[in-house]
Amino acid sequence: MSATSETGGNETATNIPTETAAKPSPRYGTLMRDGLWDNNVVFAQMLALCPTLAVTSTATNGLGMGIATTAVLVLSNIIIAAIRDWVSPNVRIPIFIVLIASLVTLVDMSLNAWLHDLYEVLGLFIALIVVNCAILGRAEAFASQNPVKAAAVDGLAMGLGFTFALVILGGVRELLGSGTLFAGASLLLGDAFRFLELTVIPGYDGFLMMILPPGGFLAIGFLLAARRRIEFARERHRRETPAKLNLGEA
Amino acid sequence: MKPSAATLDTLWFQALSLGAIVLAASAALASAYRATAPAIAEAAQRATAASLAEVLPAGFADNDLLHDTVEILTVDGRSLTAHRARKGALVQGVVFPMRGKGYGGAIELVMGVDRDGRITGVRVIRHTETPGLGDKIEANRNPWILGFAGKSLADPAHWAVKKDGGEFDQFAGATITPRAVVAAVHEGLELFAAHRGALLDETAPGNEQAGITNEP
Repeated sequence: MSATSETGGNETATNIPTETAAKPSPRYGTLMRDGLWDNNVVFAQMLALCPTLAVTSTATNGLGMGIATTAVLVLSNIIIAAIRDWVSPNVRIPIFIVLIASLVTLVDMSLNAWLHDLYEVLGLFIALIVVNCAILGRAEAFASQNPVKAAAVDGLAMGLGFTFALVILGGVRELLGSGTLFAGASLLLGDAFRFLELTVIPGYDGFLMMILPPGGFLAIGFLLAARRRIEFARERHRRETPAKLNLGEA
Repeated sequence: MKPSAATLDTLWFQALSLGAIVLAASAALASAYRATAPAIAEAAQRATAASLAEVLPAGFADNDLLHDTVEILTVDGRSLTAHRARKGALVQGVVFPMRGKGYGGAIELVMGVDRDGRITGVRVIRHTETPGLGDKIEANRNPWILGFAGKSLADPAHWAVKKDGGEFDQFAGATITPRAVVAAVHEGLELFAAHRGALLDETAPGNEQAGITNEP
């Protein structure tokens, strides 16, 4: 009886495309690989597209949003993994939402109070993290079924993968839209990072649409296509190599 | 330690756990609010002081602008706090906030006007304009906003962006944003002209009240 109700709960839980959450403690290398590429939040799971498309008009914005999201993701994964045994599947969604929203508000208030200069730059993005479904997605698919340490690593990996996707997307849009890269990075990271600010195409008028929302959809479409192509090539490579190996052994 | 599956399935456990989590979360938020409120207020005040200093030339005043204030009423009945910049007893100019209606919401700016009605500087404090387009009104992204310095009600004669026949540039892809800033700055100058006496502390003693104008 209890077994059937459990599978029922799991079915509703996994309406998100995800790796079958490994029950035996997952290896950290696999977790990192999953987060950065194989199961990347944006490029593979296609989650969190709303904040992704909204803020990636420059690479710097993408980086800022990525860092803030990573921090919240690691913290929420840790807390949810720590209390996972006490959370009834029936009320897990409201509990996760309350935790994530509170966490985002805490980060927002602490940054505003103690890192005010950074807050001036990032403040806009922090409230957006609440609506980032990737965080709830990781809570559901991973943190609620795994030990704290693995959940922390998963949060970090997913966060870094998200940051990577946002920086790439922001970089492409910024390059095509205004001919620069990492404009304003010194505002976000401090003057030491001024070297990041590149004007790739001097005197470029800008392909304005790339900075506007339609440019976000176009850029992500091409990036997804590029990723599919890479995956396709890797798949073909994998199919051909074992045959060669067997030949060599024979 | 760990509750059984049967316990997890009961209504009372679910209600209790949800209640406990919400209670803990609100307690954490309340204490964090208490812990950060003074620091946030202080940071906001520091930011105000910095923005006040930014719209006035260096050495313009020798008083504490933050605490030398006067209240005036805008046309639509809002009260507005202006900071006086004095050298000795004489008010050299005032700094006050204005608000424009931009593309993505309110654009809050602060502007300084000297006693002759010339702008000493304008800065945008807060806005929600389109990143990459409308955010060129920020001084650290584009020098556009610096162009207001030295302008007055009579110069230029037509306060508008070029698209509307005026002399201020608009941005490629963003006309509403600079139009809003130009309109807000112009409104600020008119406000200064209307309240010049009160702002410069030159009304007769006892008349230094909000809204009482003393045309020169």
